[in-house]
Order: sequence, then structure tokens, then C-alpha cells
Amino acid sequence: MRHTISVLVENEFGVLSRISGLFSGRGFNIESLCVAETLDPTVSTMTIVTTGDDAIIEQILKQLNKLINVIKVIDFRDTDYVSREMVLVKVNADEKTREEILRMVEIFRGKIIDVSQKTYTIMITGDEEKLRAFLALVRPLGIKELVRTGPIAMARGDKTIKMKDKQPKGGSEDG
Amino acid sequence: MKKTGAQIFVESLIAEGIDTIFCYPGGATLYITDALGDCDIRQIVVRHEQGAVHASDGYARASGKVGVSLVTSGPGATNTVTGIATAYMDSIPLVIFSCQVNTALIGNDAFQEADIVGITRPCTKHNYLVKDVKDLTRIIKEAFHIARSGRPGPVLVDIPKDVSASLGEFKYPDKVHIRSYQPTYFGHTGQIQRAMREIASAKRPVLYTGGGIILSDASHELTKFAEALSIPVTNTLMGLGGFPGNHHLFLGMLGMHGTYAANMAITESDLIIAMGARFDDRATGKTDEFAPHARVIHVDIDPTSISKNIKVDVPIVGDTKNVLHKMLEIIAEDKESFKDFQTSTDEWRKKVAKWKKDFPLTYQRNGGLKPQYVIERIYEITKGKAIIATEVGQNQMWAAQFYKFLKPRTMLTSGGLGTMGYGFPAAIGAQVAFPKSLVIDIAGDGSIQMNIQELATAVQHKLPVKVVILNNGFLGMVRQWQELFYEKRYTWTCLPCPDFVKVAEAYGAAGYRIDKEEEVDMVLKEAFRNNQPAFIDVHVDPLECVYPMVPAGASLKEMLLV
Repeated sequence: MRHTISVLVENEFGVLSRISGLFSGRGFNIESLCVAETLDPTVSTMTIVTTGDDAIIEQILKQLNKLINVIKVIDFRDTDYVSREMVLVKVNADEKTREEILRMVEIFRGKIIDVSQKTYTIMITGDEEKLRAFLALVRPLGIKELVRTGPIAMARGDKTIKMKDKQPKGGSEDG
Repeated sequence: MKKTGAQIFVESLIAEGIDTIFCYPGGATLYITDALGDCDIRQIVVRHEQGAVHASDGYARASGKVGVSLVTSGPGATNTVTGIATAYMDSIPLVIFSCQVNTALIGNDAFQEADIVGITRPCTKHNYLVKDVKDLTRIIKEAFHIARSGRPGPVLVDIPKDVSASLGEFKYPDKVHIRSYQPTYFGHTGQIQRAMREIASAKRPVLYTGGGIILSDASHELTKFAEALSIPVTNTLMGLGGFPGNHHLFLGMLGMHGTYAANMAITESDLIIAMGARFDDRATGKTDEFAPHARVIHVDIDPTSISKNIKVDVPIVGDTKNVLHKMLEIIAEDKESFKDFQTSTDEWRKKVAKWKKDFPLTYQRNGGLKPQYVIERIYEITKGKAIIATEVGQNQMWAAQFYKFLKPRTMLTSGGLGTMGYGFPAAIGAQVAFPKSLVIDIAGDGSIQMNIQELATAVQHKLPVKVVILNNGFLGMVRQWQELFYEKRYTWTCLPCPDFVKVAEAYGAAGYRIDKEEEVDMVLKEAFRNNQPAFIDVHVDPLECVYPMVPAGASLKEMLLV
């Protein structure tokens, strides 16, 4: 099962390797990993997409929490959330196909951000399904190169991540 | 007044109450070495950096204090890795200071440079590179706090040479605040009550306890709890000493080389109360068939240990001492719930006692001097009052089986990582902590050669550690597997040994040799009385195996007996 986790970490050197090392050392999967500073410059968010059954996800969440530099782990399993990803894709574009590509980019609300004699470079953002649909459409034209950011995620509504200190977890039933 | 990083380092150790460090010098340690020259901290200079970390580990396990070591950059630092991984697997509080090349040279493949922070990231609880002298005191304070709090573990602090030379203010913080680190000490009350209801209705309960009991100094509470309800107790290897080894409720160790009674009790139990143990594969055997009839209560300070290997019904995150204390309160208050407990569990106790009586740990006395006999005699001669360190392999298992550990912190063994060469330096560390105690390393002829150089340390510092070498001329545990599962092809395991008596004498220690049963008592007593470090080379039956044995991947009830 695919699963999205957000991890708030101290914005210090070495933290990324602690996280990635934990995944590789314990044989957990990382499908994508996206890291950047938050509103508070001392904190970074990592959005990790991983796979595994409930027991594995449970271990991943606990192991992440155990790292000293991890401030908070947000498990999106029980939360309604939005998630978006950006793709840059370089496709073949000749006289015959240019018009059609432009139309598709417009329909998917993407942008052409670079043009050459033979190619277009398209930027498109969206959720996984939208990106999949778009890529399926342009694939027959010939994709020359593809780069994705991996998704970032946020809870829906007025819910926000509380940046308070990690609390002793005597209060929760399963720690 | 401005001080150098090296002086700030020394004053920080003193402020932290550190009176002993285990160390080895090098180019990058020079400022610190120099600053340590005229201070009251006892400095045990070892002969190999692995020995320094194991010695600080033995010191920590025996005393309950944080063990401290200090080494140089590059190879000095990489030599500590086995020691650090050993402590990490067994949750031992250590702070390891490694020195590093100058900040400006880091990343340049400088002479004696190694990325030790990168190398030790997966085997430390946390680690630091000090980039600026003004961070030094805060980082040292945090390192000690992290090492000893929560689930303890090793913390490495890497100090570049220029940081130890540059000037700063010494102001040791009196508090630590790490917003992202708050261990849970007190178990959830509702969960503890749930656990007590489970216990009250159990018919075949068993306490399965590990190193967490020793780390949280909970053996007194554990003993009271087991006695209050007359619940049989089994220990993991790490848990030995957490419950008196001569107690009538004690079943011995469980697992691959556990007792028949312990493994059967687990298999037939209807409620396992796990405390400070982590369901390691050597303890559980095949997990699918582990305790098939039992519900499981698990108390552990580390949430990641819970439901990792075995699914838990009642998880309690907290310090075992606090949780046991709360459980004892509930028993005292709620007499009604437990009034029928003794009668309803009586049949179970009788069954367990019968297993214990019918299938005790045993060995055959024919065919030469038996290693088990030697351990039994060590127990009798010392009356169980020695601090025992072990190496890894058959010597470790026989020590665990045949020496009755009566008190916590008297068994020093590499349980998780299984590090050969651990026991001797660990015994040295324990002897430093307790100069008057009898400290014995139970070794094999293979393991002792992995850190034999530390005999020079023991002699230099007049640390009268006794090393009982159960010499069978084999790497015995591996040979045992070859005998049982690889048709007796003893590839790589029959290694000639040096004359250990001569080795001991060459280092300036005492050397003894035992070949026959009749000599055992006399020679051991003499060696234990001697105030020198000693090697006692005991030539035992080379083909003796450790039994019972649960073959790898089998369930606990499938034991090979003698």
C-alpha cells in the first residue's frame, strides 16, 4: 500500500542522511522524498512516499519519531489531505504535433517553459492521476526526458501542524 | 577568561561528574590530551581503540554510569565502530569523543581523516560534529543527556583539532532542552489497568524480562511483583541478573540455548508479560510459532520495540521501574481482583516446576574436563558474588546457563551484536569501576585473541581481572553448528592457539593451566586470590556442545536436549 508521510525535522546538516539511512538500513522503501525549509527557517519538512503493509508503516512512523532530530511525524492515513507534484517533461515537437501539444498543455493547465527546434519542455503540476493521464497522452509523441519532484502534502481545511515540542507519550495508548 | 576548546572540554567532563575515561592518543587529540595532563580525571590508556569503547561499556554496565572514551581521528575513530555498535544493540549509555582533522580540511581526504559521524550514524543513538567552539559545552551536555535518558545508547561527539585549539568561554549549561526529544517514562494508566485485568484473568502467565529491567534498576520491583503473584520468570541473555538466578520462580534463560522449562513455559503460556525485552530472534525462535496460545503485554520505553517482531495485545510505553511500581500499587489496592489468582494459577506453577525438575540443565561428565563443570565451580567458589564478563560463543552460553546471576549488573555480555573480544576489555572497565570486586572474563580460546592486547592495560593499571579461557582448540559455537548441520566438516574453525600461560607471563600477568577436574578448584582459588591479572587456560573437552539447542528457524518447543 502506498502511503504519504510528512516529517518535520531540525534544519541541520546530516538530517537527510539520518532519514534516508534509516529507510535503507531497515529495508523500507522510499518512492519519493521531497525536502525544503518551512515558514520557520529552523525547521524543514520532508514529504516521503513509501509502501508497506500496516505493520511496516507503523514501524516506519515509530522509527522516524525515534530519531533525535525529528520534531514531528505526520501520518496522513487518518487525515483528509491534498497532495501535489510537479513534472518537467521534454517531448518531441515538430510542425505536425506542436499545435496538438499546445492544446493538451492548455487543457491540463500546464506551461511550456522552454522551446527548441525539435522539442517543447512542459511544466505541469497536479495529483498523481492527473500527471499519469497527461503523460499517457504525450508518451506517443516521444518523451525525451522526464523529471519529477515527488509529491508534497498538506492536510485539508483549517488544520495546521502544531509546532510545539515533542511530548512524552504516556498519554497515548500505543505510544 | 577565554579558554581553549581542549580546556573547555576537560571542564565540561568535570562539570558532568566524569571521573574516568578510556582513551588512546593521536595527532588530533593532542590539545585535549595535553589539557587532560593535569586534571583529576582517571585516564585509562588502552592498547586498541576498540578496547577503549568496550572498557567504557563494561564500566557503564557494571556501574550504571555513562562510560566515556576518547580517541583520535581516522583509524582511531573507525576502530571504535565495533564497540559503538555493540553498545547500541544492548542500549548501553556511552559517550565517545573522537577527534577530527581541522575543520578546513574536512572533506579533503586529509591525513587520518574519516567521516566518523557518517560512519556511526546507524549505530549511535545520536552523533555530533562540533563545528564551533561556542557549541562545545551545549553539545557535550546534550550528548550525556541523550546517552543516559530514555532507551540509553551510545552518542558520538566528533571534535576537530582546530576547535580544541580555538578560544571560547566556559559556561556549562545546567539544563538541556531538545524540542524534538522527550522520552516517555510513565506508562499510560489506562493501559496499565488493562494489563492488570489481563493478568488477573490469566491461568498460565509468565514474565519474560530483559535488559530493560537492569537499565532502569527495576530488579527489586520485578522480584516483588513476581513474588506478589507467584508468576514464573524467564530472562533473556541481557536480562540475567535482573531476577535472582537461584529464586524458586526462576526458569532460567529462554531461547536458542534456553532451558526446557523456560521454552515450554513460553510455548504453553496464555499470557506473556514482557518487560524491557525486545523479542529478539535468538529468544523467540520461529516467530509464527512463538507462544501460540498467549496474549502479550509488553512494557518498553522504546515504542519501536513494541509489535516489531511479535504482535502485542497490551502495549505500554514507559520505564519498567515506574510501570512495575504502578502495577504493585494496583495489586495492593485491588485485592478483590487477585483473590483467586493463586488458586487459578496453581496448576500452572506445578506444571512449570515439573518441567524444571524433570529437564534441568545438565551435561555428561565422561570424556574429559567439561566446560560446564568449570562454570559451576566458578559459581560455587565465588558464591555468585563475582562480576562476570563473557566473550561470545559457547563460553557465553555456558556462562549464561551454569552461573547463577544473583544481582543486576553482574553479567556483562554482548547480547545483541555478539561481539567476540568484548569480554576482556569490558571486564577491565568493570574492574576500574569496582577495584575491590572479583571480575572474571569467561572466554574462549578464539575470542580472547580478539582483544588480547588489553592485557598490557590491565597490567599497567594493576587491574586484577581473571580470564578463564575455556580452551577447546576450536571456534566452538561455529564448530557445533558444523557438527550438527554441516556433516562435521570443520572448515575454518580449528585454529591453533598460542601458549596462554606464556602469553600472560610475557605481559607481566599470572598464567595458570588446568587439564583435569581435580585441579579446577585449587587453581581457580589461587588465581582468584592473586592480586595480579591472570589468564587461566583451561583445557576442556574439545567436542562439547551447548544444549539444549533450538535449531535456527525452528520453534522454541523443538529443542535438542543433551
